Amino acid sequence: MRRILVLGATSAIAQETMRCFAADGDAFFLLARDAAKLEIIKNDLLTHGAVNVECLAADLVESGRHNSILQQAEASLGGLDMAFIAYGVLGDQRKAEACYKAAYRELNINFLSVVSWLTVLANYFEKNRRGQIIVISSVAGDRGRQSNYIYGTAKGALSIFLQGLRNRLYPAGVSVLTVKPGFVDTPMTQAFKKGPLFVSAATVGRGIYHAAVKKKDVVYLPWFWRVIMWVIRNIPEAVFKRLKL
Amino acid sequence: MSRLYESWGRYPKVSQQVRVIEWASEPVFDFLSAEPAANRLVLPYGQGRSYGDSCLNDGGWLLSTERLRHFIAFDPDQGLLRCEAGVTLSEVLEFCVPRGFFLPVTPGTRFVSLGGAVANDIHGKNHHRAGTFGCHVTAFMLLRSDGSRVLCSPLSNPELFKATIGGLGLTGLILWVELRLRRIESPFICMEAVKFGCLDDFFELSRTSDCSFEHTVAWLDCVASGRAFGRGIFMRGNHAACTELPAAWQVRAKEEKYQRARQIFSVPCDAPGFALNNFTVRLFNMLYYHKQFPKQVTRFVPYQPFFYPLDAIGNWNRIYGRRGLLQFQCVVPSENNNQALRSLLKSVVESGKASFLAVLKEFGEIESPGLLSFPRRGMTLCLDIPYDGSSTLELMERLDAMVRDFGGKMYPAKDACMSPQSFRCYYPQAVEFARYIDKQFSSSFWRRVKGGL
Repeated sequence: MRRILVLGATSAIAQETMRCFAADGDAFFLLARDAAKLEIIKNDLLTHGAVNVECLAADLVESGRHNSILQQAEASLGGLDMAFIAYGVLGDQRKAEACYKAAYRELNINFLSVVSWLTVLANYFEKNRRGQIIVISSVAGDRGRQSNYIYGTAKGALSIFLQGLRNRLYPAGVSVLTVKPGFVDTPMTQAFKKGPLFVSAATVGRGIYHAAVKKKDVVYLPWFWRVIMWVIRNIPEAVFKRLKL
Repeated sequence: MSRLYESWGRYPKVSQQVRVIEWASEPVFDFLSAEPAANRLVLPYGQGRSYGDSCLNDGGWLLSTERLRHFIAFDPDQGLLRCEAGVTLSEVLEFCVPRGFFLPVTPGTRFVSLGGAVANDIHGKNHHRAGTFGCHVTAFMLLRSDGSRVLCSPLSNPELFKATIGGLGLTGLILWVELRLRRIESPFICMEAVKFGCLDDFFELSRTSDCSFEHTVAWLDCVASGRAFGRGIFMRGNHAACTELPAAWQVRAKEEKYQRARQIFSVPCDAPGFALNNFTVRLFNMLYYHKQFPKQVTRFVPYQPFFYPLDAIGNWNRIYGRRGLLQFQCVVPSENNNQALRSLLKSVVESGKASFLAVLKEFGEIESPGLLSFPRRGMTLCLDIPYDGSSTLELMERLDAMVRDFGGKMYPAKDACMSPQSFRCYYPQAVEFARYIDKQFSSSFWRRVKGGL
């Protein structure tokens, strides 16, 4: 039985991933802002086989509380085996270009607050010399492009941070999984016109579960994004700067 | 490929707006206060697998339940499952089949929401044994436009319970549904397929099969005329008990791939207008009828191809092209040696308009609690007709009149054509039903058929 801390439990992808773990009979400590939504997710996970689900409604970005929340989760479940960071926001790129405050908000939520969490989590797992950290990044972080580089910056910075963390924690036996989904049909992409590359949250959730169980380092979901991003990354800058991707 | 909120037949085309409900805990109707008064009527929308206009609301709003996909509780001793109304039958099966349970009633597609299953009081191949879906619903929560949540069950608000089953989404928004599942021993069906050459053979097969088989239905070739008139393949099956499965199948029962079926492929775009025509349909029907060499074949199959053969092809309605299709489904009395059915089929074949999808089944006597429930004792004929303009509508009118004359009825979930007079004739309980309609809820179908109600 795994004891899993979930940051951003109301995320569509997080819910699907957790359903897979619930089927294994795991226990969860869920964090999100809305208590009513947490209750709905709790019942869903218990029905799917979770052995225990505890919830806490809190603002995930407020870094002052991260340590105390971690201690509360550990006490509540009797220890932690896995931490899953799934919260994030897709802001308005044009607005963030025009106004630093909007850009800051996106970078703060998607990167800086996650660093705060990773700091306390890494120290916790390193001390116990076991554990697994799973974080949802994005293919958008693989290269800055004109349509979403502020979101891309946050996710790109996050991916690099996780790389370093993976390196640091390896001797302690703690694994770090960077998840890079492509286009996913969730409330985050509600406004987008859904092209053929879109997949369901359930597909990504299952992919995260399998990658986590196999203790992978970096996973692109679905797999073909690994190929697509390799191409995108290797386009010479002199060419890429002229494109409208 | 942005989500289209159409009906499955893609006819009629309407203009409506969609509001996706994100969470069951949040207020649903607040957004309406910002709307002009003329534009405030709403209709729940699940998966949009109704054919005609019963899931459409021209000039109004659809309340989509596509994100209400949470499971709430499961009692394995009683087989009681409670889920939000947007959960599909497919998701229910993925959950319950590995746990040794199955749906008590299932239609020909599993991509139907629980809310839709209740609102259309769906039926399946086992109607003669199990009745309709509504017979197995133990409770549901109805959200009315005044914000009140009403728990409905046979004992709690029973009148609203009966009005909502088969009530086409007009009494309010169903938030969650609880139903009683049935136990199974394996995910496999022991099935038999028997060829028949004429309607008399079908009636004989139907009469003798219903006592030993839980699931029975016939595929009918409804373009074949002359000596081939009324030919088809009769399919019958039972859930396979563990003891009757050969050893190899017992091992397979545990494998995950039989728990979830994947699509074979999805039709990527609308087929051109000429793709489905008399020639191609005749050809398909001839190949399909003759694909089985022996007269009778018995074998084990996973449940997916037995119950949901068309689900393997995503968006199969695109084969009909942009014009879409109409579906005709009626139930007529079996009296007078099935005179009604024979006449209807003859009209359909003579029109030359039908396509390859036609099914025939004998309904049983089990009554549904729903006021507007469709199935009744008799023969049900269900077929697809490509929409070709006014000639198609004329055929539908003729068939509608024939059904009325024979004392049968048509199914609102499939309908795009029945007249207000026909509706009153088929559903005399509509007067009683109208008392329970929520004033903020309406549909294109209801406005078309309600007449003076």
